[in-house]
Amino acid sequence: MTAQLLLVQLLNGVQLGILLFLIAAGLTLVFGVMDFINLAHGVQYMLGAYLAAWFAAATGSFWWALILALPAALLIGLVLEFLVFRHLYDRDHLQQVLATFGVILVLNQGVKLVFGAAPLQVPIPDLLSGGIRIMDGLLYPIYRLGIIGGGLAVAAALWFMVERTRLGMLVRAGATHAPMVAALGVDIRRLFMFVFGFGAMLAGFAGILAAPILSVEPGMGDNLLILAFVVIVIGGIGSVRGAFLAALLVGTVETLGRSAVPDLLRLFLSASEARQVGAALASMLIYIAMAAILAFRPAGLFPVRSASAST
Amino acid sequence: MIQKMNRFSRRALLGASAATLAMPGLVRAQAQPVKIGVVAVATGPQATLGNHLRDGFLLGLRHLNGQLGGRPAEAVLIDDELRPDVAVTKVRAAIERDRCDMIVGVVFSNILAAVIRPVTESGTFLISTNAGPSPIAGRGCSPFFFATSYVNDQNHAVMGQAAQDAGHRRVMLLTPNYQAGRDAMAGFKSRFRGEVVDEIYTPLTQLDFSAELARIAAARPDAIFTFMPGGLGVNLVRQYRQAGLANIPFLSAFTVDEASLPAQGEAALGFQTGTTWTPTLPVEENARFVRDFEAAYNYVPASYAAHAYDTAKLVDSAIRRVGGNMADKAGLRAGLRAADFRSVRGAFAFGANHFPVQDFWLAQVGRRADGRFQTEHVRKVLERAVDPFAAECRMPAG
Repeated sequence: MTAQLLLVQLLNGVQLGILLFLIAAGLTLVFGVMDFINLAHGVQYMLGAYLAAWFAAATGSFWWALILALPAALLIGLVLEFLVFRHLYDRDHLQQVLATFGVILVLNQGVKLVFGAAPLQVPIPDLLSGGIRIMDGLLYPIYRLGIIGGGLAVAAALWFMVERTRLGMLVRAGATHAPMVAALGVDIRRLFMFVFGFGAMLAGFAGILAAPILSVEPGMGDNLLILAFVVIVIGGIGSVRGAFLAALLVGTVETLGRSAVPDLLRLFLSASEARQVGAALASMLIYIAMAAILAFRPAGLFPVRSASAST
Repeated sequence: MIQKMNRFSRRALLGASAATLAMPGLVRAQAQPVKIGVVAVATGPQATLGNHLRDGFLLGLRHLNGQLGGRPAEAVLIDDELRPDVAVTKVRAAIERDRCDMIVGVVFSNILAAVIRPVTESGTFLISTNAGPSPIAGRGCSPFFFATSYVNDQNHAVMGQAAQDAGHRRVMLLTPNYQAGRDAMAGFKSRFRGEVVDEIYTPLTQLDFSAELARIAAARPDAIFTFMPGGLGVNLVRQYRQAGLANIPFLSAFTVDEASLPAQGEAALGFQTGTTWTPTLPVEENARFVRDFEAAYNYVPASYAAHAYDTAKLVDSAIRRVGGNMADKAGLRAGLRAADFRSVRGAFAFGANHFPVQDFWLAQVGRRADGRFQTEHVRKVLERAVDPFAAECRMPAG
């Protein structure tokens, strides 16, 4: 692999990492502040993409789709919170997993009923169309640079909100020890609702960004959800900073692994063996990395909950 | 004396009532509709393929005025949910509870592999309109199994031949890392004699191919060959175009077809595929089929629909041969083997292993005048091709 190809793959890894971060940020906040395992986070991502497809078809413009789909995703998230999730905060994790898994099934089928099973298309906005030549014969779509830019902007805004505002302070306090925050007189239910809605909106935003480059179909969020859980476990549950770094780590390891591992194995094995083993090994790589990190830091890279915090 | 008479009377009474009860059944049998179970996936993102299959078969029934072989016909729709255990349960129920006379359909090979034994062992004919796994074409061939589509490997071998004919020397292969993907690459290599620069196997769940596309750009092959079914193909085609790689010829099988073209759109223009059928084939039945299909269902049919349509015509010809007597299995088999119907593909015949002997085409994605996309035949690559597994089949007597 040449240095140029390596740089290109790094860029691909960063872009995947940014997308993962947008999904993982909402997930880690919800898990950290509310101790609520939300498997339905993946379908919120999918709903964002479907809403973008719908509004894009209706208005003919990506930007209008973005402006309209964001509050719509927030609204659906709040509706789900009101109908289903609110009753589960005090339950144990297994019941939360079961209920949110049910939400996944219902929404996957619901989306298929409303929009059909065939994949939908969302056009890339003209402003971000085209590509720049980063390598001989390869164009890097400007839209993907837009995703990186948008994701970094959201990361910066999140950092500012969590570290520098009063609301962010409450969120951090809630992630550390929620009953104490409630005992101090903060309306914990309203805080939960805000965190949940914000998390849903982040996931929806990730879906809107991803829609033009990935096909919009039922179940599109399920695989990214697994990666998102790996990210928040590596980063530390409840920590947005941890989610950011872990997402970049997972994104680059995953991408570089896919491209480099089969070539590396060719030093030891025959070509066809290297390909087979390489393909299998590359898909296991992030889980091996997660296990290795957890062996040294069981609570993740940036743990939030103090050991004494028990509920 | 009296006891003997009682025994005799009782037996006579039982015999008489049994005969009376059976008679209306015999009379009803000929007027009862022929029931055909249509197995097609209707759940999840792959339901599009099941829709093509189902709609193609139903259009065939409609063109036959709702009759098969002169008897009224009823299609029993079965959703296999892409789960083999569910498929087996439902197919068994269709045969035992609903009394289906034949089972047709099946998009995916793993479902077919699960249902073939329950169906054929019950003495019911199973006609695959799409899935064609090679073991069933070879040593696993069955007197109760027919396929109107192809052996899965054939479409890949066709592209291997096409790549060879086109003079491509260095080709890169790209496919998901599962059995069907590996079989596809093996099929391509069986006829391609040039250099395979690299074979890239991606996880089945991976939707973003930027890393793989960068490798392709770095290696600069003469062409790539890919088997990327469903949503994977939609993503690959659009990302391939966005990455500016469209100047490297895109050869494929089951990746660009009318089921995925609505989502792929312009990005797929000019991309090539190997196939048994395109909407543009100059066959009279084909023109009627495509026209009426679009009028009824408002989308362009893919080969899944075309094969299912042919199957309806095939079943009609077979039942006609036995005069509607579905109990005559040997006669039905002879009728199916004869394949005395007009296919939308032109000439159609079965080989000894009950798989078609047919022409294969190189096709290219084009845009129609009304803006919709379709595959258009470019040239015939294989003529009257027999699948490579036919020799292994020792067809048992029915």
